[in-house]
Amino acid sequence: MATFRVIITLKPGILDAQGQAIRRGLLALGFEGIQEVRTGRYLEIDVPEGWGEEKIRAMCEGLLAHPLVEEYRLEGC
Amino acid sequence: MRFGVVIFPGSTCDQDCLYVIRKVLGAPAVPVWHASSKLPEVDVVILPGGFSYGDYLRAGAIAATSPVMGAIRRFAQEGGLVLGICNGFQILVEAGLLPGALLSNLSTRFLCRTVHVRVENPHTPFTRAYHQGQVLRLPIAHAAGRYYAPSPLLTELETRGQVVFRYCDEAGQTTPEANPNGSVHHIAGICNERGNVLGLMPHPERSSESALGSEDGLLLFHSLLLQAEAVR
Amino acid sequence: MSVRELPTAQESLRAPWELAGLTPEEYEEICRRLGREPNPTELAMFGVMWSEHCSYKHSRIVLQALPTSGPRILRGPGENAGVIDIGDGWAVAFKMESHNHPSAVDPFNGAATGVGGIIRDILAMGARPIALLDSLRFGPLEDPRARRMLRGVVCGISTYGNDIGVPTVGGEVETGPWYTKTPLVNVACLGLLRVESIATSRAQGPGNLVMVVGARTGRDGIHGASFASAELDEGRDERSSVQIGDPFTGKLLIEATLEALATGSVVAIQDMGAAGLTCAASEMAARGGVGMVLDLEHVPRRETGMEPVEVLLSESQERMLMVIRRGAEERIKEIFRRWGLEAEVLGEVVREKVLRVSDGGTPVAELPPEALAEGPRYKPEAREPAGLQDFWPLDLSELPEVPPGEALLTLLADPDIASKEAIYEQYDHMVQLRTVILPGADAAVLRLPECPSKALALAVDGKGRYGVLDPYRAAVLAVSEAAANLACCGAQPLGVTDCLNFANPEDPEVFWTFVRSVEGLSDACRALDIPIIGGNVSFYNESSAGPIPPTVVVAMVGLLEDAHRIPRIPSAGFAQEGDRILLVGSGAGSQPPLTLGGSCYLKAVHGQVRGRPPEVDLSMHRRLLRLMIEAVRRGLVRSSHDCSDGGFAVALAECCILGRLGAHVQVAIPEGKGRREEILFGEGGSRILLSTSPEAVQSLLSLAAEHDVPVQVLGVVGGDRLVIGSMNSGIPGQPLLDLPVRDLEEAWRNGFRRWMEEA
Repeated sequence: MATFRVIITLKPGILDAQGQAIRRGLLALGFEGIQEVRTGRYLEIDVPEGWGEEKIRAMCEGLLAHPLVEEYRLEGC
Repeated sequence: MRFGVVIFPGSTCDQDCLYVIRKVLGAPAVPVWHASSKLPEVDVVILPGGFSYGDYLRAGAIAATSPVMGAIRRFAQEGGLVLGICNGFQILVEAGLLPGALLSNLSTRFLCRTVHVRVENPHTPFTRAYHQGQVLRLPIAHAAGRYYAPSPLLTELETRGQVVFRYCDEAGQTTPEANPNGSVHHIAGICNERGNVLGLMPHPERSSESALGSEDGLLLFHSLLLQAEAVR
Repeated sequence: MSVRELPTAQESLRAPWELAGLTPEEYEEICRRLGREPNPTELAMFGVMWSEHCSYKHSRIVLQALPTSGPRILRGPGENAGVIDIGDGWAVAFKMESHNHPSAVDPFNGAATGVGGIIRDILAMGARPIALLDSLRFGPLEDPRARRMLRGVVCGISTYGNDIGVPTVGGEVETGPWYTKTPLVNVACLGLLRVESIATSRAQGPGNLVMVVGARTGRDGIHGASFASAELDEGRDERSSVQIGDPFTGKLLIEATLEALATGSVVAIQDMGAAGLTCAASEMAARGGVGMVLDLEHVPRRETGMEPVEVLLSESQERMLMVIRRGAEERIKEIFRRWGLEAEVLGEVVREKVLRVSDGGTPVAELPPEALAEGPRYKPEAREPAGLQDFWPLDLSELPEVPPGEALLTLLADPDIASKEAIYEQYDHMVQLRTVILPGADAAVLRLPECPSKALALAVDGKGRYGVLDPYRAAVLAVSEAAANLACCGAQPLGVTDCLNFANPEDPEVFWTFVRSVEGLSDACRALDIPIIGGNVSFYNESSAGPIPPTVVVAMVGLLEDAHRIPRIPSAGFAQEGDRILLVGSGAGSQPPLTLGGSCYLKAVHGQVRGRPPEVDLSMHRRLLRLMIEAVRRGLVRSSHDCSDGGFAVALAECCILGRLGAHVQVAIPEGKGRREEILFGEGGSRILLSTSPEAVQSLLSLAAEHDVPVQVLGVVGGDRLVIGSMNSGIPGQPLLDLPVRDLEEAWRNGFRRWMEEA
């Protein structure tokens, strides 16, 4: 078994409303100087040994990430 | 005219839609289970509001992969009428039956209230009973209703008349305060290029009886009956 | 191997009762009941079942005084929820529960699972949940901790309630320094069902099968029940005790369970909440006078390596335990699987009164169900708190002078009074197409498309501010205000479900406040003829910051008969220019008098919580309720609103704001310092402000006389200002108060919302 880690975030330029709200909250707590907060989704997917990155990318493009507004990156393949 | 109302796991407005079509509109309606890959004999398919699959991952994303969506795609290709309300709109967008995307509200919170919506295109099968620029009072109830499309697409939507409903104030003005979720161009509802698939965030079924405060939504369902007569 | 051959708890631990949260006496009692020592698993089962949360050991004796029966009551306390007959073959199930301790530790998940839990109680009666109400208490919102709690709790309720498609139609919020570390989250649910399909938790029929249905079981909230029975200690990490809710599964469980119940094959059903399988199995068996033989091996699990005791005590959400007719198991499994849920047979009902639990054939526990389900009962010492009465004397001449207009704006912007729109707009309050009077009025009104001649009204009330000063009167006021809220819409009160929130009952001064609260609740419900059909007691609401004040929260359901014939169900806002404004109920100089004791005016304007809260004349209150119901039925009422927090002036301002209309009224002000404030802002349980057409005034006056209820015509609806003039005092020609409705509205709309927005 192999584990793929997928991180999905909004594309640059798409307003990340949650990220903005979290940034305001952190500033209010006194963490001054925070430039930007970006939120996203993190998934760990256990797949049978031998599944290539192509297959994981197909999953991302088919369901996990919205191609119009989101981008994704794979980690720890 | 026969209606089918799809029930996804987590749909919450399916029974409300069935009730309004049967009891208020007086038309036959049947539930359609998400797992069936065939549609019953219907003229209109409604994807109701709710939280299909808990809206986990992204609102509407998992429901968009349901077996019934394949049948709905074929139905739409053949010119069948498809209406997505709230979560139904999100599912249609995720399934690619409508362009664009629906993002989380700018406030990041769920918002349930009655808003004003302006009819931008009264020439679709869903809006024949309205007139151009008519201001409707319709309830919204969603957390991810911020419509987004990149500017070239947006221009296309506007020029082709695919923007069907826009948030506005009581007087019909599209002010920033009257936009409840931050939708681009104040968009509340759009149709596909052919005009037979419509998605909107407001709930017409919640505004179909005076006892509930507004009958403005009922005209959307009436439009479909008028459409049936016109086709016949 | 038999269970008796396992090592006993005594043998394997030093002070076993301590680990189980029990006293040495309770341990002895367990040994006496068993005729032997329990093994560690059995002791852990006793630990949760005999916790305050499950056993009500400190409250049960006192609660016996409550009136719980009535001609319409089909099920009272003792089932998962009370059930009331509303006629034409329909009934409602109604229940409120607290989720205070989990919400203090994790506001979002604590509140969300509170909603999930109460929904399943209603579901367990065979009813479809149709409405939620919530009653919340937080610290002063100037404190960022209180605001974080508020946002988390509201988000939790909204996420769970919205996702499962049950509208949250009403609620109330109070703030006070007592609640900063110990917020209160009380959630009520109403369900609708046919009388013939009431479900029960009484296990019956030896040979019938026991099934666990819904979500899989994990290590959630092990010992949550005993956790809810202990004071919050900041040093410890409490998070492991908090369960995580899954509203999506909750929604599927509602649909699948109702479908399963409709097959007629379900003999008994109960929610698996606090103390999980242990509680559900022992209570179902004890209530049915039977036993159960269960094998834990069949419990569908989310995690591997779970110990039997963890499976027995797991508080994983979205699960139910059912007894079904033997032979129906495949059909039931098919229903749950179609909804994507688990359904497995764990064992069967047996004639012998024993709960015999094994794990893959290995014995785990063997206990008499009633020994578990019937915990000890205590009547702790009760002593009036020292110095309580010192708070009662109130010298109005000591209060600094505040112009009435300024005081009114301060009150309208006070978070206890200001509009809670910033909360209820986050709740889907419209789904199911029933809500004809939306949140923000005195009561929510729901139509019933299943039964169009009837409508239901719901209200929830309670004030910790009064509880601090006089727990008896606070309880009476909570009941009378809720009843008045319903009557404002023309609804006849049918029943009450309550949450009694208190600190440590082992403190005699706290227990005294509990006893007095129950007496107040009981006296008010008897006098108004409203039975209490169920509820919940939450003790140990205290932290290093101190105890909470006695906080009795009352949720009430009312019925509008022939609702389809009522021309218009009145809401709180003024309806039409030119309408006359009347005040029914105790007026100036009446007995019992209006008072500023414990009032919102003293708290918000002068920063004081003192004086004695108002006494309610319950026989007059009863006549007032009848008058309102009759007046609404005859179509004489255009708007109605009860005078509560902030008194008459605040009620009047709210009628203006909600109706977007001004008003001109005249009141009589008696001589004496502070009397003006008493008339304008004094509180008292029995006044309703209503508006009616000029033509209907005479009929209303005669109707009030018939019901022997005082009534005054105060003025006229109209314009865009609120003007309150004095008939007999002040400077002639100069009103006591004259403010644009716009200003009132701004104060009222932003008073609470600003805190919701602020980080």
